[in-house]
Amino acid sequence: MPASPEMTGARATTRSEGSLLVVSLEGTWSLESSTPRWGTVAGSSKPTSVRLVADGVSVWDTSLIVFLGEALRWCAALGVPCDASPPPLTMRSLATQFESAIRTCGHEDHSRSLTVEVGLATRNVMDHVKNLLNFVGEFWIDSTRLIRGRAGLRWGDCLNEMQRCGAMALPIVSLISFLVGVTLAYSGSIVLKRFGGEIWVADLIGVAMTREMGALMAAITLAGRTGAAFAAEIGTMKGNEEIDALSTLGISPIRFLVMPRVLALGLMMPLLAMYANCLGILGGMAVSYATLDIPPAAYWVEMLTIVDMQDILVGVIKSVAFGLIVGLSGCLRGLQADRNAAGVGKAATSAVVTAILLIIVADAVFAVLFHAIGL
Amino acid sequence: MTIEAKPAIEVKDLAFSYEESVILDGVSFSVRPAEIFFIIGGSGCGKTTLLRNLVGLERPTRGEVLFDGKSFTHADANSRKEMLKTFGMLFQSGALWTSLTLSQNIALPLEEYTRLPADEIRNITAFKLAQVGLAGFEEHYPSEISGGMRKRAGLARALALDPRIVFFDEPSAGLDPVTARNLDELIVQIRDTFGTTIVVVSHDVDSIFGIADRVIMLDRSKKGIIAEGKPSEVAVDSANPKVVEFLTRRGVKAG
Repeated sequence: MPASPEMTGARATTRSEGSLLVVSLEGTWSLESSTPRWGTVAGSSKPTSVRLVADGVSVWDTSLIVFLGEALRWCAALGVPCDASPPPLTMRSLATQFESAIRTCGHEDHSRSLTVEVGLATRNVMDHVKNLLNFVGEFWIDSTRLIRGRAGLRWGDCLNEMQRCGAMALPIVSLISFLVGVTLAYSGSIVLKRFGGEIWVADLIGVAMTREMGALMAAITLAGRTGAAFAAEIGTMKGNEEIDALSTLGISPIRFLVMPRVLALGLMMPLLAMYANCLGILGGMAVSYATLDIPPAAYWVEMLTIVDMQDILVGVIKSVAFGLIVGLSGCLRGLQADRNAAGVGKAATSAVVTAILLIIVADAVFAVLFHAIGL
Repeated sequence: MTIEAKPAIEVKDLAFSYEESVILDGVSFSVRPAEIFFIIGGSGCGKTTLLRNLVGLERPTRGEVLFDGKSFTHADANSRKEMLKTFGMLFQSGALWTSLTLSQNIALPLEEYTRLPADEIRNITAFKLAQVGLAGFEEHYPSEISGGMRKRAGLARALALDPRIVFFDEPSAGLDPVTARNLDELIVQIRDTFGTTIVVVSHDVDSIFGIADRVIMLDRSKKGIIAEGKPSEVAVDSANPKVVEFLTRRGVKAG
């Protein structure tokens, strides 16, 4: 582009020669400084022909092309001839290119009618349901094959996952369930103090932890910790064509990837839930001793008057279901992930949300169910 | 290579559409045994989609794919699995399982489909890696080796079960010219040694003229085949200017 030492602002001056409008351009045209716009320069004049003169332009960039292009467009719209021969050839051809680009780019209306939106949303939901059913169905077929001994499982992978989702989760599960025990003890004592029955804190925590909070806290921790990891891992594998590589070898990704992970969670979740029960009760015991002056022995004896194997069984049954839910949602979202970086992030988030939602729903169903059968 | 031999792969009137858009329509061709067959075409012409249909990663909307005269598209789960065992595929990025070492990657198909003892599997994986020039890299993870090496390791995995057909998705994509040429030589060597049928998706003109026995060229607007035959003949004889332009882009004249 022509360079010139003089740096003056961009100017466009108009001059009428009868019905001919002459526009002279001068100075430095740069996108970074303010340049005249064609609309203001031309104003409401209605010439029968236009001539553009750019001899005085020292330095220019796209801003000049935009101006010239707009001029060409304006002339074309009015149907007046535009004499753009004076500007250098490169300038003129760029301006023509600009003018045809904005003419053809077209700002289309992408909005859709309500009917279309509803239809698309419905189809979307149906696709989701179909995906879910396919996944659960395939998982079911592969599990029955496994149980009947018709298909092998990679036990090494399964043990590996068990270590990752079980043993390695102990510190965080310890902390969370101990603190839940502490919180329950404080809130319980507020109410029970009114009746002078502080000792019943032991019963409250015992029942709440074994029947409810142990399983729930372990499940929610693992949903965030392990479910998200499953989704991200499988999602990344999908983007990397690793899942396709399994399929072309005739190895079912469900059996190879999902089965060991879901099984590992289904086995480790009850253990973690029972561990969480102990830590929660310990937390309650500590608070009772420190603030309510209840000796641990008295706490323990009082708790055993109400908590029995049934309560522990309720917690364990629930935690098995929660484990399967966390594992299946993580793997499902991973397999559904889009093949890009954002897709993996979305899959991980969605795995956690799906798992927690289903855990709460399942918990409610269990509550009704156990009430009905008197467990 | 006899013309009368039963085709190794036969594609009959295959059509494929993704959501609303038709990508392939009415594609028919056959691949002879022990042939190096190229599927070529510009970007977005559907050649990778066609490959995914051939190996069963996508299901054709119409038509079918036959291997050795048996329908793959309409096969039940068990015979489909049997057929999958007879072919290997090299993905564009290698698609090695990143959590496994190279030897574990190659051992996996063997563990799945054979009852070989562990030490024998170890020997076979070492042999397969040596075949692709990666001896001594058994314990490396895919992330520790270069892109070209990953592709070769992917090829070793594709060859693990001594497949009768090997599919290649853009083997030279992302490789320097020397590495790409070495991979081409490896492909020819595999065909000559084992009589393997080779199907390659590519747009690398050097590869096409270098090693292809026959090519089909796909076109985006036709959603199907616009040329078929030996690369040198196609480049000269085709009445379609698109074909000639594609194949002579770099001035590589048929000879």
